[in-house]
Amino acid sequence: MTIQFNDETFRDDYSFKNSQRAIDRFPFPFHEDSYMYSVNMEQHQGGPSDSIYEKRFDVDEHYVAEMRDRAMVLADDPLRCQSLPHMTLAGWDLLELIMVSKSEDYPALFELHRDGDNWHWINKPLGIDDHFVFMDETTLPYGPMEYITRQTQGDFCVLDQRDENLWMDAGMITTQADWSLDFDIGMNFFEWHAPVPLAHEKGIFIRALKFLLSIQQGAPARRLNWTMTVNPLLDTSPENYHKWGIQKTSVTPKNLGSKQHLRVELQTFFRLPRSNALVFPIRCYLISFQDIVSKVKWGRRLHRVIRDLPEELATYKGFIDNRPMMLEFLSKYDDGLETSFGVWPEEGTEPPLQK
Amino acid sequence: MNVPPPNSTAPKSTGAKKIAVTVSAIVRLNSLVTRFEFKRCDGELFPTFSGGAHTVVEMQDGDIKRRNPYSLVSDPAEREMFAISVRRDDEGRGGSLYLHEKAQVGDQMRISFPVNLFSLDLRARKHLFIAGGIGITPFIAQIKQLDRTHGNWELHYACRNVELGSYVDELTTKYAHCVKVYYDENGQAIDLKRLLDGQPIGTHLYVCGPKGMINWVCKAATDAGWPDAHVHNEEFLAPKPGRPFAVRLAKSGLNLEVGEHESLLEAIERLGVEAPYLCRGGACGQCETNVVESEGTFVHRDHWLEDDEKACGTKIMPCVSRFEGKTLVLDR
Repeated sequence: MTIQFNDETFRDDYSFKNSQRAIDRFPFPFHEDSYMYSVNMEQHQGGPSDSIYEKRFDVDEHYVAEMRDRAMVLADDPLRCQSLPHMTLAGWDLLELIMVSKSEDYPALFELHRDGDNWHWINKPLGIDDHFVFMDETTLPYGPMEYITRQTQGDFCVLDQRDENLWMDAGMITTQADWSLDFDIGMNFFEWHAPVPLAHEKGIFIRALKFLLSIQQGAPARRLNWTMTVNPLLDTSPENYHKWGIQKTSVTPKNLGSKQHLRVELQTFFRLPRSNALVFPIRCYLISFQDIVSKVKWGRRLHRVIRDLPEELATYKGFIDNRPMMLEFLSKYDDGLETSFGVWPEEGTEPPLQK
Repeated sequence: MNVPPPNSTAPKSTGAKKIAVTVSAIVRLNSLVTRFEFKRCDGELFPTFSGGAHTVVEMQDGDIKRRNPYSLVSDPAEREMFAISVRRDDEGRGGSLYLHEKAQVGDQMRISFPVNLFSLDLRARKHLFIAGGIGITPFIAQIKQLDRTHGNWELHYACRNVELGSYVDELTTKYAHCVKVYYDENGQAIDLKRLLDGQPIGTHLYVCGPKGMINWVCKAATDAGWPDAHVHNEEFLAPKPGRPFAVRLAKSGLNLEVGEHESLLEAIERLGVEAPYLCRGGACGQCETNVVESEGTFVHRDHWLEDDEKACGTKIMPCVSRFEGKTLVLDR
């Protein structure tokens, strides 16, 4: 299918919006009426047609605008993209993975022509047409990781694997849920997860690490994570907290439906072949509360999840202060009827709202 | 260990796909070691891999399905074929004998995607390799990888005699300044103390070979004050035969008898029960299985479980470990 790329912003006037198609395919993360951490991994080997799970790297209507926003973040703060010296090989692995995947999955948008190490890459949506020599950094305008992640939606953590642990040794991080690559660079898996509440006690990270260490070539995995964001902001970084933190106080009962966004991350994990590193793309999808409640099941369920979420999690996810206002809005879309199991909206079978 | 989430959006899958291959060449390197080359049946290219990776080769030997891990010795950048080198083990359980005596060019087999449990530490300013006998195999691909990226490396390779020096000619011709070969029967030995003493800061040490050699090198490095994180070794165990024993699989509701020459993992697979694995040699931890109930003695042989875990008898690695006694019930 052809994609119409939106001309929109994730800052200042916030002209970001989701089309009906984008709402229909939004990755709603709650499969039941409550939420607790789990190692909710599954294979990343395709999914239902036109869902965000179908392709290895989903390209959607926000692509061009997201890449424009990333370029602006990097212009202001080049440390959002870093790669320790031993991670260059992993950068080439990532470049190859993305170029091959996108050219196979979206042949109308991307082309890759290879003649030995002489590669020709065409990115039509961004108007890029480059010839370069694979594994020769001098033939690209940036390092391989930066080059390809300036052209791919989502943040990218490139993790070195050694000593039975994973190390945050490279990344492109401009659309993050309040964590900093510049702070975490060089940390291991337990160090960079140290601030997360409750999950350590549950042994979640030990099990998650074990799973990630054994991810194999040819068997990528995925999971969803979520948080809340006021205004459709991609760059909710600690570096810029002084700019966006204050916006949380701008929510009123009147504007909440359009201002309050559910932020869902599709996290995928791929073993990189030459470096044996692991790449961890974190793709951010935003949806306003008023668009969520257009799906009756999602409206009912979101109310119950937010209402019953443990206080520590609501605090960690940064919406404890606004929770009462969010519940006031969402309660109008919860009539107490049962919801069906699973994440899909089930519009044909879910009973209409009785309120 | 991971139940797919109930919202599962993914097609059902049982981990990495296998690759169907044809044996494309069989090259006898010497009286003990033979090289096997594979091409893909579907005509596609193989994935690239990292030096030190292995593949698990599935062979149908009559009624028995054999699955043995072998280091890849082809060039990681070579996408047309994969190669392994197999040492004939006359006392082994038959996988290497099957390859040596029965495998023919044109045979079809299935192999796993490459898995690397012995990868280079790419931070190293220098890679110092010590190989003994067939332990040369992971280094062959690592050297090819480092050669391409202009890495700094050095190989010390001990063989029994000139005849059994697999890959010696290729290595000493191509990389004369980086390779030193020692022949046991000529009384040559690696002067380890001196070798370790002369290494620049930032060197990583890798050893692969017989168990005695691995222990010798690791101890010498520790004694010389090397940090543990700079010393790497790989030893895959082959499952050892043992007395047959009975097992009950609680989740599957099945009873089985593990034969003298098969591993517990193989017996579980024989019944068609899905069991995860990566290395099949007690090193990767993937097949770790919880014990529900037991009355008897565990014969733990893996490198994975901690000593206290082995002592308390609540976990077993079915790829190499066995059991002697009356009752064993597994959570599988």
